[in-house]
Amino acid sequence: MAFYNLSAYEIFDVQMRAEDIVEALRIMETDLPPDVEAALARCRDEEEGISREVLGTILENVRVARELGVPICQDTGSLVFFVEAKGSWSAICRAIREGVAVATESVPLRANIVNPFSRRNTGNNLGRGNPMIHIEACTDPEMERVGILAKGAGSENVSAATMLDPDQSVAGIKEFVVEAVRKAGAKPCPPIIVGVGVGGSLDEAALLSKRALMRRLDEPPEDPFAGALEAALLKEINSLGIGPMGFGGRNTALGVRLETADCHTASLPVAVSIQCWALRRIFLEAEGGMVKIAR
Amino acid sequence: MGNAYTLRGRIGEEEVKRLKVGDAVFITGELFTMRDQAHLRALEILRGGGALPFDLHGGVIYHCGPLVKGGKVVSAGPTTSMRMEKSEAEIIARTGVRCIIGKGGMGASTLSALSRHCAFYAEYPGGAGALAAKSVVGIRGTYWLDLGDPEAVWELEVENFGPCFVTMDSQGMTLRESLRKGKI
Repeated sequence: MAFYNLSAYEIFDVQMRAEDIVEALRIMETDLPPDVEAALARCRDEEEGISREVLGTILENVRVARELGVPICQDTGSLVFFVEAKGSWSAICRAIREGVAVATESVPLRANIVNPFSRRNTGNNLGRGNPMIHIEACTDPEMERVGILAKGAGSENVSAATMLDPDQSVAGIKEFVVEAVRKAGAKPCPPIIVGVGVGGSLDEAALLSKRALMRRLDEPPEDPFAGALEAALLKEINSLGIGPMGFGGRNTALGVRLETADCHTASLPVAVSIQCWALRRIFLEAEGGMVKIAR
Repeated sequence: MGNAYTLRGRIGEEEVKRLKVGDAVFITGELFTMRDQAHLRALEILRGGGALPFDLHGGVIYHCGPLVKGGKVVSAGPTTSMRMEKSEAEIIARTGVRCIIGKGGMGASTLSALSRHCAFYAEYPGGAGALAAKSVVGIRGTYWLDLGDPEAVWELEVENFGPCFVTMDSQGMTLRESLRKGKI
C-alpha cells in the first residue's frame, strides 16, 4: 500500500487538488463519454453478423466497467493533458504529476511508460516527458480548463503525419487521411474516431490532430469549411468497409474531428491521430470558485 | 456465423482441425499472456537451446498486457497482434502452442505456421478489458516480471473466456479474406 501526501495547488482562480486530477482520471478510465457510447449503440443497430456481435460485446464491456468501476480497457493509455489557464503553470504540472502517480495505484491504471531504448518501465506512469502536458495561455477566467485524454497505443501506432505541397490542397488532405485509415485496417480497434490537424508546422499539426479528439462527436467545429470536410472524410472512410474490429461493415469510424491553424505559404502540414472506439476524454473546469468535471 | 465451441485445458490436434473461420471459441483453462518483449525473450532462450519456465505445448498464448492490482486481474483485453508477426511463426514451431488469441489479425507467416503445426488464431473484441477480466478466476503464475507488468508473462486461469472468433484456422483460411469474397 502506497501513501501519498495530497496537496492543493493554486490553479485557475481556485484551488485545484491533485485529488481532483485523480477523480477525473478515475471517471475517464471507467466510464465512456455519453456521446461516444451513443454513437457505438447506433453502429451496433446498423451492423449484422460478427460485426454486430462484437459491438454488442463492446457495449456490454462499457456497462460492466461502469458498474464495477474498473478501467474499460487494460491499456489505460498514455495520458495527455491540455491545460488552458492564466498562470501558475508549474503548480498545475505538479498537481497533474502527483495525480497521475496516485491514480496509477488507486484507479488503478496500468503502468505504461518505459524508456524508449532500455524499455524499462517506470512503474507509475511518470517519466521523462510523461504525462504529456500541453499548456495554452487563457485570458478569460470563465474558459479555464484542463482536458485529459487517455491515448491507447494500438491506435496511436497507426497515426501518421506528412508535409504536403500546397497545390495538393483538399484532395491531397483527403487522400492522406483516408489512406492512413485504410492502412490501419483492424489494428486500431475500429470503429475509430479520426482526429485531423491541418496547418501550422509538423509538430503543430500533430498536436491539433490530438486536440481535435477533445471535441464531442455532436459538436460542430467553429469553421463551417472544416465541418464540411469532416463530413466528406467520414463518408469516404466508412465506404472503406473495414467495419467494427475489421470484420466488415458500414461503420469504420464514429466520427472525424478536424482542427486547423494557418501555416507557411510554402507548406501544407497534415497529421492524423487515430483513436480507438474507447475515446476516453474528460475536462476539469473552473466554475463559481469550484472545480467541476465535464464530459 | 459459425459454430460455438468450448475448449478445456490443453488442446489436441483433432479439436483444432474441426475449427473453421467464423466459429466462436470459449476457453476454460489457462492462458499465457505474451506480447512484444516476452516473444523476444522466449525466442532468445529457445534459440540458445534453453527451456522456457512455462509449458506452451497444447496451450494458449494471449496477446495481452493485463492491468493487475493486488494479485487480481482488473482489465485484460487483447493487444494488437500484428506487432508479434515477426516472432509468432517461430514461437509456434518451437513450442507446440495450439492457439493464439489477440486482435486485429496476423500475417502470412503466422498463417502458414498455423497450417504446418495445426494451430489457430482467434480474436477477442479489442478494448473489452473489463469484461475479459470477469472470466479470469485466478493467476497461476508470473514469469519475467523484470520486463514490467504489461510485458511480463501472466499464467491466467480463465472460465468461459470468449467469444474469441476464429479468424485464421489450421486449414489456411482467414476470416477477413472469406468475408471479402462473400464465403461467409
